[in-house]
Amino acid sequence: MTMTATPTRPWAASPKDRAIDGAIFIGSLLSSYLLVFLTPLKGKLAYFVCFFIAYAIFTTAFKGIQRGNAAAKDALVNSLVAIGAIVTVIPAASILATVLQKGLPGISFRLFTTDMALATPTDPLSNGGLLHAITGTLTLMVLALVMSVPIGILTALYLTEIKGRFTGPIRFLVQAMSGVPSIVAGLFILSAILYPITKGYSGFMGALSLTILMIPTIARTSEEVLNLIPNDLREAGTALGGTQLRTVAMIVLPAARSGLVTAVILGVARIAGETAPILLLTGGGDKVNPNAFTGPMGSLPYYIWKSFNAGSPEAITRAWAGLLVLVGLVLILFTSARFLGSRKVSK
Amino acid sequence: MSTSHESENQEMQTSVKPSSLAEVAKAKAVKVPGTAALGTGLETRGVHAWFGKHHALSNISLDFAAGTVTALIGPSGCGKSTFIRTINRMHEFIPGAAMAGEVLLDGKDVYAPGTDVTKIRLQIGMVFQKPNPFPSMTIGENVLSGLKLAQLKVENKEDLLEECLERAGLWNEVKDRLGAHGGSLSGGQQQRLCIARALAVRPQVLLMDEPCSALDPGSTLRIEETIRHLSETMTIIIVTHNMQQAARVSDYTAFFLSDGGPGQMIEVAPTSEIFSRPQDSRTESYVTGRFG
Amino acid sequence: MSTAELVIPAPREIVTEPRRSDKVFRGVVTGGGLSSLAILGLIAIFLGYRGFEVLRQEGIGFITHSEWSISTDDAGNVLDSHFGLAAMLVGTILCSLIAVVIAVPISVFSALFLNFYAPGWLKKILITIIDLMAAFPSILFGIWGFLVLMPSVEYWAKLLHRYLGFIPIFDMQVPVYTRSPFVAGVVLSIMIIPIITSVSREIFSQAPLDRIQAAYALGATRWAMIKAVVIPHGRSGVIGGAMLGLGRAMGETVAVFTVLNIVFQVNWQMLLGAGGNVASLIILKFGDASPYEIKALMAAGLILFLLTLIVNAIANLIVKTTGKSGR
Repeated sequence: MTMTATPTRPWAASPKDRAIDGAIFIGSLLSSYLLVFLTPLKGKLAYFVCFFIAYAIFTTAFKGIQRGNAAAKDALVNSLVAIGAIVTVIPAASILATVLQKGLPGISFRLFTTDMALATPTDPLSNGGLLHAITGTLTLMVLALVMSVPIGILTALYLTEIKGRFTGPIRFLVQAMSGVPSIVAGLFILSAILYPITKGYSGFMGALSLTILMIPTIARTSEEVLNLIPNDLREAGTALGGTQLRTVAMIVLPAARSGLVTAVILGVARIAGETAPILLLTGGGDKVNPNAFTGPMGSLPYYIWKSFNAGSPEAITRAWAGLLVLVGLVLILFTSARFLGSRKVSK
Repeated sequence: MSTSHESENQEMQTSVKPSSLAEVAKAKAVKVPGTAALGTGLETRGVHAWFGKHHALSNISLDFAAGTVTALIGPSGCGKSTFIRTINRMHEFIPGAAMAGEVLLDGKDVYAPGTDVTKIRLQIGMVFQKPNPFPSMTIGENVLSGLKLAQLKVENKEDLLEECLERAGLWNEVKDRLGAHGGSLSGGQQQRLCIARALAVRPQVLLMDEPCSALDPGSTLRIEETIRHLSETMTIIIVTHNMQQAARVSDYTAFFLSDGGPGQMIEVAPTSEIFSRPQDSRTESYVTGRFG
Repeated sequence: MSTAELVIPAPREIVTEPRRSDKVFRGVVTGGGLSSLAILGLIAIFLGYRGFEVLRQEGIGFITHSEWSISTDDAGNVLDSHFGLAAMLVGTILCSLIAVVIAVPISVFSALFLNFYAPGWLKKILITIIDLMAAFPSILFGIWGFLVLMPSVEYWAKLLHRYLGFIPIFDMQVPVYTRSPFVAGVVLSIMIIPIITSVSREIFSQAPLDRIQAAYALGATRWAMIKAVVIPHGRSGVIGGAMLGLGRAMGETVAVFTVLNIVFQVNWQMLLGAGGNVASLIILKFGDASPYEIKALMAAGLILFLLTLIVNAIANLIVKTTGKSGR
């Protein structure tokens, strides 16, 4: 006598449940059309709203009839949280779709090979490009990186390795620093360095303000990463006669490497599109400027800003194309950070 | 070597009535202090330890003869680990830590002002409870990491690598994959890798803080074998919760106990004595399993 | 061994003499750690120093008056100047409050969805999208908000006015619906939803699993469990997250400047196309400001800095204390 057991999931939705769910879905869809038709409401958003309201009412009512009061409340919250998640994600989808749709027409090969030295934003699209903006943004990013990575990682090391008297206050200040508005960082560099010392716009000034914005991101994420390194490893290093410097340099930092890279990339992604301080500090040149220390330097945010404010259809297309390039850059940074971060830390 | 280990292993699994601890302790060759010339003398005199206001350890005086294995046994929280961490000065890393007394290595107090702490830790190696090979390094790099950490120069790294892995009983298993990461080894192999790592800087004393508590019985036996082997050339102090293990590997056993106050050493004697004729009634109830 | 009359000696001093390299290392790291203190201090000092003259001249009027004007003669000497931030401060608070009021329920719902409703694969995707949104540059939100979102929001604003116009804040005299604080608030809410969602999700996920299971075992529905266990646990964490979002919204510059019509008059009617924002004021006036006006902008920057610092400090304190009690 042999019995073969077939695996089942008695808790999964039965075909009947699915059919009811489907019916409610279609019913709400129909009633949303009806509502938009009967009331003065109009537009895509109106359909969404009516659909959600109808769906919430139908499921709540159905569950209430079927199982009673508590189940009705549960069903209502069910649909509410789903709506919350959808509303959260819709703008992202809309933003990405719009940037693609409006930016693609402005993208061409020559966009990446010419600058705006001989063109204005209102010129036809065949004139000029954003080479200067791309090189400028990359320069700003590299400069900000070079300055903020040491400070950010030193701060994280203080919080995780030294754990001195100031640990509490510094952790608090780093948090506070991450809330500093970007425009304030710009004004600070303006007042502390540009006016009294250099007296001229340059890419370096912009990079300094971006450094201020980047330090807290790097410091906080690095602190989290370094905290994950087991204390055992530090003790083992010390027990083998290592000084603290060598233990940190040879064991702790290498063990945390991929996490630290993720922290740095996230910091860069955060400042790649930062606009306000750039407007105050870089002067926004129209041609490629390889010298970050003198002369105005263009950048993607500045280019987008200038084109958008110029207002003509060509200029707006330029702005969207610039946004598309910027979003592409952020996406690349973000994806590589995700990729590195999700890779298992080798044990 | 491997056959004896297997028979031992089988004996443990098959014998219906395990031989008593005293028999186990007596079964192995007894080492008389002074006959083994290698290793360095280590002595503690009246060691106390505090964590902030908490008095964790009281008045431990112990003499570790060169070339012997001393086991520290006792229930959890009796200060065994604290004690061995005072020996290689790892105790002071805990905020608020304090100590009193002296730890003499070759007659010199390791806590004397002006002592180079890192040099002390090179002479007194340590193996931790959980295997902790360095994750960013290969097996070979792990073994030699102590040299880099302490900035020591060595003539022939390959020979040292082989020698240390051989002494830790790991050479045959890893000689073909020294470039693999330490994390690719099993738990027991990782722990032996950590032992090899500690050996590479040629310590005279090796402290082991429950080195087998995270391992399965098979790996535990391999490590015990390694310990017996190493004790021919160095002084070993091992903290263990496993009395069978203490009986199997150690020449001397010290019993620690805390009666709610600071941890104290109740009794120290040759291992066979501790398990056959303990002097103190508390030791007797502990080794016979009546508490702890 | 153990003697009854044991004298416990005084602890001896442990002299740990770090190597020179370690002393240098600790010094350098401590220096790096203190940089955040230095930067924050320098920001306050420099903005205060530059803005001091204006702050002294205007006194308390700098935050209670709404006029912003400066007249100079041909040589560039200042003849007359009035700088007051009242309208901008009111606008800043109005816009960011609208943003928080819209964002908090949505964020809490989506955080609940992510933690307790979404299947694993969906949760992963949604978290990625939300994290990505947090990394979008603000100029993108601004331009998208102006060109894509504004027409829809304008339409909803009209509905609000028509049906809820009896409530003072939804009332308005002149039917100008574009570029209103309401539009700016909606854009800001979209920018801060990812922040509040992340913080709430973090706090909710720390809700004690044993109590969750205990609630289920007592026959609770999912919502009953959330109400009994998760909400009490996460309430103050959500408030902290909302404050963080508020701080971010108050300091936002480009996105608000793009959608908001800046008017130097205190306006509490959120649907009317006239508003203010301290950060946008700085961008607006910076381009052709005289040296003296720049000083006024520095003073405005100082006020904004202190405002966001206070809001952020409170937020972090709240989040921190909940994080602790949660464990």
